[in-house]
Amino acid sequence: MAAAKFDVPELKEYPIIPKLQKDAMAHSAPYVAKEQFQTQLGYPGELVDNWQQVAIDKMGELTEKYRSLQVFLDSCVKCGACTDKCHYYLGTTDPKNMPVARQDLFRKVYRRYYTLAGKLVPKLVGAEDLTEEVLDDWYTYFHQCSQCRRCSVYCPYGIDTAEISMAAREVMDAVGKGQKYCNEIIGKAQTLGNNLGLPEPALIDTLEGLEEDIEDETGVQVKMPLDVKGADVLLITPSADFFAEPHIDGLIGYAKVFHEAGISWTMSSYASEAANFGMFIGSYENMQKLALRIRQAALDLGVKRIVFGECGHAWRVAYSFLNTLAGPFDFLDSNYPVPQHICEVTHGLIQDGKLNLDKSRNDHMVLTYHDSCNVARASRMGDTAGGQFTIPRDIIKASCNHFYDMPEHAIKEGTYCCGGGGGLLTDDLIELRVKGAMPRMQALKQVTEQNGVTHMAAICAICKSQFSKVFPYYDFQMDQIVSVHQLVSNAIVLTGQTDGDSDDEDSKDAEEAA
Amino acid sequence: MSILFAILFYAATAILVFGLAYRIRKYIKTPAPLKIPTTPAPTSTPGVAFRMIKEITIFESLFKSNKWIWLFGWLFHFGMLLVLLRHLRYFTDPVWWWVSLLQPFGKYASIAMLVGLGGLLLRRIVVDRVRYISAPSDYLMLLLIIGIGATGALMTFVTHTDIVTLKSYMLGLMVFDIRTMPTDTILVIHLSLVILLMAIFPISKLLHAPGVFFSPTRNQVDNPREKRHISAWAIKLESSK
Repeated sequence: MAAAKFDVPELKEYPIIPKLQKDAMAHSAPYVAKEQFQTQLGYPGELVDNWQQVAIDKMGELTEKYRSLQVFLDSCVKCGACTDKCHYYLGTTDPKNMPVARQDLFRKVYRRYYTLAGKLVPKLVGAEDLTEEVLDDWYTYFHQCSQCRRCSVYCPYGIDTAEISMAAREVMDAVGKGQKYCNEIIGKAQTLGNNLGLPEPALIDTLEGLEEDIEDETGVQVKMPLDVKGADVLLITPSADFFAEPHIDGLIGYAKVFHEAGISWTMSSYASEAANFGMFIGSYENMQKLALRIRQAALDLGVKRIVFGECGHAWRVAYSFLNTLAGPFDFLDSNYPVPQHICEVTHGLIQDGKLNLDKSRNDHMVLTYHDSCNVARASRMGDTAGGQFTIPRDIIKASCNHFYDMPEHAIKEGTYCCGGGGGLLTDDLIELRVKGAMPRMQALKQVTEQNGVTHMAAICAICKSQFSKVFPYYDFQMDQIVSVHQLVSNAIVLTGQTDGDSDDEDSKDAEEAA
Repeated sequence: MSILFAILFYAATAILVFGLAYRIRKYIKTPAPLKIPTTPAPTSTPGVAFRMIKEITIFESLFKSNKWIWLFGWLFHFGMLLVLLRHLRYFTDPVWWWVSLLQPFGKYASIAMLVGLGGLLLRRIVVDRVRYISAPSDYLMLLLIIGIGATGALMTFVTHTDIVTLKSYMLGLMVFDIRTMPTDTILVIHLSLVILLMAIFPISKLLHAPGVFFSPTRNQVDNPREKRHISAWAIKLESSK
């Protein structure tokens, strides 16, 4: 690992609220999007001459299109309840990373141009002109928000910084100051079908390779179908699942589950991406384009169900917005929710006793679970409230013998973001990512020391990539982050499976030791 | 003095009512194009109603976030509620039975209200995070309400005003009959501050009062898979495609 050019936060025994250090992160900003990626999404290529007016007009337009924004800009009383809730504030100590202070970067401009008090007595109510300095602050600090919505859980009015951060990014795109990482990715997904820009032949190649790996390991021919017309299930999964670690082990897990349950399924090369970065930049239109690709793929392939793989923000867009953006989905089988999460599918099969899971195959791990922020706070699984908390945990517990939760304040609806969500999973923001991960690392360290936890499972592609990258900074190993379906994949005993000897001995040893 | 205050009262009431109506109308008319409820999100309308009631009566989310702000905030708001209900006796003749019943509680509630406000002000000054996010108006707003509460409590516990004349004045205002108002200093300060508060309500952070009812993260039903949720402008976007 390359030496850090910044101080990695020290992990304390108990969480503490740090003293404010002004401008601690003022130097951190992502690369600005180049012209070609801006224009591709319908934005100006570079900062327009009359950017101030364009920004102010856009702000007005957005407050009229989104009730959330209008109400959130008006309602804050500066009570301070959110000030210690953001992982970026806790990790960086920069006061502008307190949710209310971040919102105020936007709110002070709204006040100045759109409220009577702000027009008459700006100083008194904290209203400010939109200057170049303010725009720079926006670019810096609205790219230090992963839109994880932890603050919105604790706000007495439910003010959600993610909504304001999305609006600010939309305004910045409208004046020509977009963020490279997000906008480049959205461009790729809209033209090639996935964020990584993997063309169809590369997908075919990867999937064939995986089929061979599974057969070598288990002796069973498990298919990884692509573009199969007439399949029952269309699986939409983050493209990281096709090549990154530990994501790919999760993909193998989904394949084994479908295979064992006898469900006919396929993936699509046209819509080979679950993540929808359109949300990160607050763009309804761009979000819709990606959602429509999924609808088109479902129609073209004639499937009956849509299932999403492990991906946090993707699940938010899918669960909460897909029907709105690209619906109605009345051409699908109404016996299943649209869309379904892979965990819902697996959980249902486990409950029905359709999967043979040998827990001892995961005995080399002691597990904990990281609730991914956008699953925990924005979307549901199953048909009861809180299913997004119980279903993944039930799957983990059905697949392994040793599971311990992290402290209550750091899980479920209070979960901390991994630090890399919201379009920040880019190398130019590595310092932010490392510091933002601090609260999660603290909670993980606690169960490591108290319960001997060795691995943390997650169901989000960004979480998995982020933790692989930041773990070494906190003296954990890259491979201590695992996919939930990787655990399923390890535990599942396929019909006709012939294991190598070594595996069997391992599990016997473990059983005897236990 | 009686006429001046009558005019101010009418003006302040008009600003309060029309200003608030304008804001609320704006909230109602602004679409909420996407479902964004925050966990734990109820899956039915009664569930949402129950959630909102809990937010408004026991400040549920605030309780989760910070016990000190919750304690001071709750003391202030519920002290104020009782005090306001008690004030109904100055606007009704005969006084409603339940207002009479509240009378002793309402009197001491003013103290709870002041304790709460004092705590909030102290927090704003002492805690560096809260100090950082405070604008001058945040302090002034607290001082304004403390001023109203303190002058009110003074009249209740220390130096009484001519309450019979005042009540007659208030009852008169309600039927556009301007009678004589008592002119002792404390009362004049109390009423002036109340008028100021009413006038700035619709343009200040006091908008959190109606705002909380319109917050999509709190008032939406979590059923996007069961029911398609689509706003007018989003439909337009669809038909243009």
